Amino acid sequence: MKDIADWALNVAAQRGASFADARIVDERSRSLATKNGKIGHASDAESLGIGIRVIADGAWGFAASDDLSQAAVETTAARAFAIAKASARVKQENVRLAPEKPVTAAWATPCQIDPFAISIEQNLDLLLKIDADLRSVAGVTLAETSMNFRREEQWYASSEAARIHQTKYSAGAGYAAYVFAGTEIMKRSYPNSFGGQWQNKGYELIHELKLQENARRVAEEAVALHKAEQCPEGVFTIILDSSQLGLQIHESVGHPIELDRVLGMEANFAGTSFLTLDKLRTLRYGSDLVNVVADARQEHGPGLGTFGFDDEGVPAQCTPIITNGLFTGYLSSRETAHTIGADRSGGTLRAEGWNRLPMIRMTNISILPGEKPLTLEQLIADTDHGIYLETNKSWSIDDKRYNFQFGCEIGWEIKKGKRARMLKNPSYSGITTEFWNSMDAICSRDQWTLWGTPNCGKGQPQQVMGTGHGAAPARFRGIKVGSAYRGN
Amino acid sequence: MLTREKAGEIFDRIRKCSTADEVEAYFYGGRSALTRFANNVIHQNVAEENYGTSVRTVFGGRTARASTNKLDDESLQRVVRASEDLAKVQHPDPDLLPMPTNGGMSSGPVPRRHFAETAAITPEDRAEGVGKIVRVANHHKLTTAGIFSSAESVEGIFNSRGLSDWHTQTSAEISVTMLAKDSSGWQKGNSPDARNLDPLALAETAARKAIESAIPRELPAGKHTVILEPAAVLDIVGFMFWDFAGQAILDERSFLNNRIGTQLFGQNVNIWDDVAHPLQSGSPYDGEGMRRQRVHLVENGVVRRVVYARGTAEKMKKSEHAAKVGPIEPTGHGFLLPNEMGEMPVNIVFGEPKNPQTVEQMIESTERGVLVTRLWYIREVEPYEKILTGMTRDGTFLIENGEVQGGVRNFRFNESLIHMLSNVEAMGTLARASGEESFDMVVPAMKVKEFNFTEVTKF
Repeated sequence: MKDIADWALNVAAQRGASFADARIVDERSRSLATKNGKIGHASDAESLGIGIRVIADGAWGFAASDDLSQAAVETTAARAFAIAKASARVKQENVRLAPEKPVTAAWATPCQIDPFAISIEQNLDLLLKIDADLRSVAGVTLAETSMNFRREEQWYASSEAARIHQTKYSAGAGYAAYVFAGTEIMKRSYPNSFGGQWQNKGYELIHELKLQENARRVAEEAVALHKAEQCPEGVFTIILDSSQLGLQIHESVGHPIELDRVLGMEANFAGTSFLTLDKLRTLRYGSDLVNVVADARQEHGPGLGTFGFDDEGVPAQCTPIITNGLFTGYLSSRETAHTIGADRSGGTLRAEGWNRLPMIRMTNISILPGEKPLTLEQLIADTDHGIYLETNKSWSIDDKRYNFQFGCEIGWEIKKGKRARMLKNPSYSGITTEFWNSMDAICSRDQWTLWGTPNCGKGQPQQVMGTGHGAAPARFRGIKVGSAYRGN
Repeated sequence: MLTREKAGEIFDRIRKCSTADEVEAYFYGGRSALTRFANNVIHQNVAEENYGTSVRTVFGGRTARASTNKLDDESLQRVVRASEDLAKVQHPDPDLLPMPTNGGMSSGPVPRRHFAETAAITPEDRAEGVGKIVRVANHHKLTTAGIFSSAESVEGIFNSRGLSDWHTQTSAEISVTMLAKDSSGWQKGNSPDARNLDPLALAETAARKAIESAIPRELPAGKHTVILEPAAVLDIVGFMFWDFAGQAILDERSFLNNRIGTQLFGQNVNIWDDVAHPLQSGSPYDGEGMRRQRVHLVENGVVRRVVYARGTAEKMKKSEHAAKVGPIEPTGHGFLLPNEMGEMPVNIVFGEPKNPQTVEQMIESTERGVLVTRLWYIREVEPYEKILTGMTRDGTFLIENGEVQGGVRNFRFNESLIHMLSNVEAMGTLARASGEESFDMVVPAMKVKEFNFTEVTKF
């Protein structure tokens, strides 16, 4: 692979590029799913190719090809160079890259059990058993299960002499039970909605998730929701489970801190951000209890945003994003670091695959747990009146990341420190900074989970990326609840 | 480009290395390029060339799929083996049909969708188009962001029972956002033929929206009459077409369960799926190679039909739902097998209204309302009443006494699609529209009463 990368870099240099890098990526994935006792789909996929970035005349060009022959790679590099020259026709300033010491390195996801070494029969057998357990509960009208594995091997080389070889594994699994009755469709998912839990791990993740052990409970809750009362509308104290808080972080912290959004680079599609540069180290983002980091390092955990190096050769780092409530950091790249006065990239540039341009993406954007021991049950016991919401059902936020609305699959009223009646269709909404400033409690490390969001969309052409979000259950005061159903 | 002949040769090699009862190969790929601009400069500029094949094998009612973009003999042998390994370990599915021997008859000829001029667009051509847009922004003292993309793609299917089909297409797209201090405007167009796109016109309209929505005032949330431009219409209605599928009825996850044949929407609403419509795009066959039929989904507000893959149609005929879902025939709308979702109409064309009105005429007849350019981050809140939430974006205006009075802060809506399509007071002429939340459609602008805004954001 070194030769292939060198073919690309040599052509770029010969043509006069001031910078070039190449990523050769070999991906393999497996996706299995069942529905109502049958195989929903069973598929394998592989993809191999090269993506080449070039700076010429102070502007960017990128070209990618599935053909790794010398002639094709050299043609692709020449195409990237020509595209950069075309970009330079509509520019104001030359691209500036923050310096980064080039390294020769290798890194791999710690993977105890290669998921592709597990037999397909074993995987399908587990999914079909869960499917059967879900449908064994009277009233369930649709059961869906899924399991996904991915292996990505990447060779990175730059004109600055960086040479990095990385191998990443990820796994995901989950299921859902649906109940259609009367005029309502109710749903419960496990361990999370929209595909379950995902981490950068091998097959050991599947063992850890206790999938089958929870199937009947989840199905029974889906049935019970039909008899539950509608979540009331009003202003309440709410407690969010850790998976919902993970998505809350993703939408109302992770996206607004992307420096390319802040700088207007995503204005046409994903949007901009309320976090203009003047807010760095001046904005009170949340209450004193809110501490958020962007941490791509392995020691943070096996999140979908964990790696050794980003896709422009910058080592994984931990950046404090919110420190005791104060906004303290953005997600940056070599190109954008100078705009916040940083002398180095925060190491967040990633691409969906070989055929996509790397861009600023969330790594693991996690809220740190509370320092004092506090379980979810203790937090509920400490709450006189409120609503506990679990598992995301819908999510939406405006294009500057102020106004959000989330729906959850299930809720419970909290009365005098105890879980009382079950509530269906719970939802809440608010303004980002008002919401985070209302947080007055968060559970401790033993309640903290590093959730995976496998489907984060951004960029044109759109790229889908996995991100990680560590969270523990937390309590928020004075939150608007139930307006999603007002007027309907 | 990968040609039909070359793909046919590859399929022959695939067949030779397979031991399956039946084999199908789906080919995909092409060349694409996208020039992206922001802050009045080109900041990202990409091109890609990639081709691949996806192989489905069948062993006695058991089927699976494997894909690769490596087309050498060794890789083809590996992908066939992967597909066979996935298929062989399954339990037979008695509902799996043999592969079709031909794609059947089409409803009509599909217009040419490959244009050499679009395929030949260069980075310099796109830079020139972006330059025009930037000049408009500079002229109005605005900041612009957007894309100019072009692509040439191929798609083909072959199976061991003799079916083969091939489709080539070009596409071009321009999307423009204009940003002012406290407002923005947006326009987007796409077409198989780039000559249908006018970067200057798109830029000028986006600029006008940004300028006219400056200093937005805050209107209280509540039920308002809205005028939704075509892009806003397609982005919200697109969320219901997953439910216009036989498999969704069988799974009881469709809002049409127990509602087919009822007056669900207003009598002025007609919806077709029509791949041959001159403003549509895409291939004329489905994931099994069956020719897409023209289907009248909604007749005068009554949902009459849903679409069917071959297998779904057979299952539906035997199901308890058979008597209440209207005509049950394969319509050529299936996804690649195997899949959980079955099928979906993807070439939506609304019925031409009897008395179409321009957006300007709709504004003139509105005493008080809101003009919406674009909707954003739409998600389903409630699946059976089809309540959707989302935001307005990039050009939201107050209308009073028949005139646009200026910009307003963006709203969050929570609106039932059933309610919305029952409250359409006027429609425009049909336009090919493109948004970000749903696939491209041929839709009219709509004037809708009592649209449910529930909150207002900060800008």
